[in-house]
Amino acid sequence: MHLLVLNVLREKMMKTMMMMVMMAMMMGVAMGDIVDKTCKQTPDYSLCLSLLRSDPRSSSADTVGLGLILVDKIKALGTETLGQINMAYKTKPMLKKPLDECNLRYKTIVDVDVHTAIIAIKGNPKFAEGAIVDAGVEASVCEGGFPKGQSPITGLTQKMNKICDVTRAIVRMLL
Amino acid sequence: MASSDALLPISAREEDPLLSAGSRSDPNAETHRRRRPVKGLLAVSFGLLFIAFYVVLIATHDGSSRSNDVKIESDETATTTSRARLAGVSEKSNGQLWKLSGERNTVSFAWNNSVLSWQRTAFHFQPEQNWMNDPNGPLFYKGWYHFFYQYNPNAAVWGDIVWGHAVSKDLIHWVHLPIAMVADQWYDANGVWTGSATFLDDGSLVMLYTGSTDKSVQVQNLAYPEDLNDPLLLKWVKYSGNPVLVPPPGILPKDFRDPTTAWKTSDGKWRITIGSKINKTGISLVYDTIDFKTYEKHDTLLHKVPNTGMWECVDFYPVSKTAVNGLDTSVNGPNVKHIVKASMDDTRFDHYAVGTYFDSNGTWIPDDPTIDVGMSASLRYDYGKFYASKTFYDQNKGRRILWSWIGESDSEAADVQKGWSSLQGIPRTVVLDTKTGKNLVQWPVEEIKSLRLSSKQFDMEVGPGSVVPVDVDSAAQLDIEAEFEINKESLDKILGDASVLAEAEEFSCQKSGGASVRGALGPFGFSVLADKSLSEQTPVYFYVAKGKDSKLKTFFCTDTSRSTFANDVVKPIYGSSVPVLKGEKLTMRILVDHSIVEGFAQAGRTCISSRVYPTKAIYGAAKLFVFNNAIDATITASFKVWQMNSAFIHPYSEEAVRALSST
Repeated sequence: MHLLVLNVLREKMMKTMMMMVMMAMMMGVAMGDIVDKTCKQTPDYSLCLSLLRSDPRSSSADTVGLGLILVDKIKALGTETLGQINMAYKTKPMLKKPLDECNLRYKTIVDVDVHTAIIAIKGNPKFAEGAIVDAGVEASVCEGGFPKGQSPITGLTQKMNKICDVTRAIVRMLL
Repeated sequence: MASSDALLPISAREEDPLLSAGSRSDPNAETHRRRRPVKGLLAVSFGLLFIAFYVVLIATHDGSSRSNDVKIESDETATTTSRARLAGVSEKSNGQLWKLSGERNTVSFAWNNSVLSWQRTAFHFQPEQNWMNDPNGPLFYKGWYHFFYQYNPNAAVWGDIVWGHAVSKDLIHWVHLPIAMVADQWYDANGVWTGSATFLDDGSLVMLYTGSTDKSVQVQNLAYPEDLNDPLLLKWVKYSGNPVLVPPPGILPKDFRDPTTAWKTSDGKWRITIGSKINKTGISLVYDTIDFKTYEKHDTLLHKVPNTGMWECVDFYPVSKTAVNGLDTSVNGPNVKHIVKASMDDTRFDHYAVGTYFDSNGTWIPDDPTIDVGMSASLRYDYGKFYASKTFYDQNKGRRILWSWIGESDSEAADVQKGWSSLQGIPRTVVLDTKTGKNLVQWPVEEIKSLRLSSKQFDMEVGPGSVVPVDVDSAAQLDIEAEFEINKESLDKILGDASVLAEAEEFSCQKSGGASVRGALGPFGFSVLADKSLSEQTPVYFYVAKGKDSKLKTFFCTDTSRSTFANDVVKPIYGSSVPVLKGEKLTMRILVDHSIVEGFAQAGRTCISSRVYPTKAIYGAAKLFVFNNAIDATITASFKVWQMNSAFIHPYSEEAVRALSST
């Protein structure tokens, strides 16, 4: 008798689990579609996908949420770059002047642009767009301060510009 | 059986087993055990199907460039009536800037306090520090012009928005007052946003403004002065029953803002309009009210234009067809046209159109639907940096006055370093151009002449390809009025010369390459904020182009592309064509005030505001030049240049108020 019940219960569990797995897959495809649809409207589809999918929140986020995830990426990249700038003071002391400028520019990105983007994206997205575009400008200006070929952060600058382009496209969907 | 089942949606197939799970676990265990493997197989195969589908989905997209390229502004579904393009004149640059600065390979300019502090204006309205944006609720009351504005008391970037406040006797000399309204209610916790004032029949006034609630929903709120006997209107009270309007059905919670001044209907009710959008169609909603507390929404819109996006800061007002005075917002009649204006969220351009208002149902139609509000070819108050503008009726002098937010074109790092961001344009009178009947003309308010100090008159012929220094001592605070004429000989020769090709149809200031590109009949004008060697300069000029029918078309442009060595600044070339009627000379007025240059062509038919941030052409090194870069034509220039005094805008103090009162 108990065996029968156990069997039945196990069956039910398996069925429920199958259901859940299938639901999850369906939702995954459906949600993947929102991330997918959104990323298709940005200038860098694959970058957009990889940035968003790397964050678990993206599976249940709306456009504002997706934008905020990317702003977080900008902040993280900006912070990482500040770290690189700091290290470069020791390894390339002759670049102190452009490094100082970069320090200022990246602090603007991380402290000012990111903050403005976060508060504006929820209510008045055009100001978030301005802040994100500015982040790209700050990164470019910092890069431009180094004599040709001597920037220790070129790769990071390029990455910042690409992420800003994608983020801007998503924020523009909120206008 | 398996195949037909597989076609059913999963839920339909699985519902049975779930619902009847109870019944399954009964003595029919035999049947159940027989069915289980089949169901299980279906489930697994369906699951695999989904995985396969997903994999295919990813596989087909990886590596394919579906990006819209950098031109984010190009709408895949754009039609010929598409919204005005972003290209080139947008906010702090697009991807273009980074490439440009790389090409020019200039050394990155590090802002220092001397250069930055020069940028503050002498006679434009700006708070002592921090960020400002939209003008709010401008009005005249008990002898004072009041100006309110979106303000961040904490930083030089947007955020924490409250209503700043200032008063003036003459729209030029201001004294700052304490903040009028802060974000202290749930219905404006995320921002005390833009709004407008309405005078009631008894002479009192009310303010309607947008609040961004604690949940970031946009609602409309009512506020009024605490003490109508206080001419300074220092304190404001928010209506206890706020919000008075919430987003109606069909309107998203973040697409409902910037209520206008109300006007009287023939029924004796008050009527307002509020900009919004439905999908990508910009619209303006209409509400009637008696007491500003309860409203009836119209089923019809004031107007709508497809593909223009969200309409911010809608403005709606009458203009006289014949007279040059302004009209109270409630005026209507056969001698009146109505203007609908909106700020386009997508492009940051302000557009307007002239049309006819139907009071019986609160609708409006443009005179020329091909240049309807927000369309790329539709009229703009200003072809430069100019947004969120708002007019008010000045009952003191019978004028309609236009305010506008002139933002920065530099980087936020620079704004934070200098501690402030944004200006207001010099207030302008607005009237219908009675000569053309199709556009407005704007002109700086007369009171600005009170700032004029010494002046010099110049009359000269300027040959082709010449740049002439204008000896005016200091050149950072100027008022210039000029008249130009192309020599009749040059004109006739070029018009008759078939080898001089027509270019009027294709020409645009934006794509022209700027003032250094020479044409047959232009460019010619002034180079302001230029250093001695013209390494930095901002040309404000006419470009006359020959048209296919041998007619001439005149363009008015401001070229900021060489205004500064700094590479974190947006440096567009702004401008538009300007109607020049038979017998008219080419006239231009320029106000130079440190980091802002305002140009007015043909008495205000085409206006351009621009922000410039020279690094060399500052303080004593800033000079003025007149130039003629035409290939062959000679021009005569007759102009007067005034030194402009500072407006001495004072921080709040009773003495400052008293000082202004006695003027």
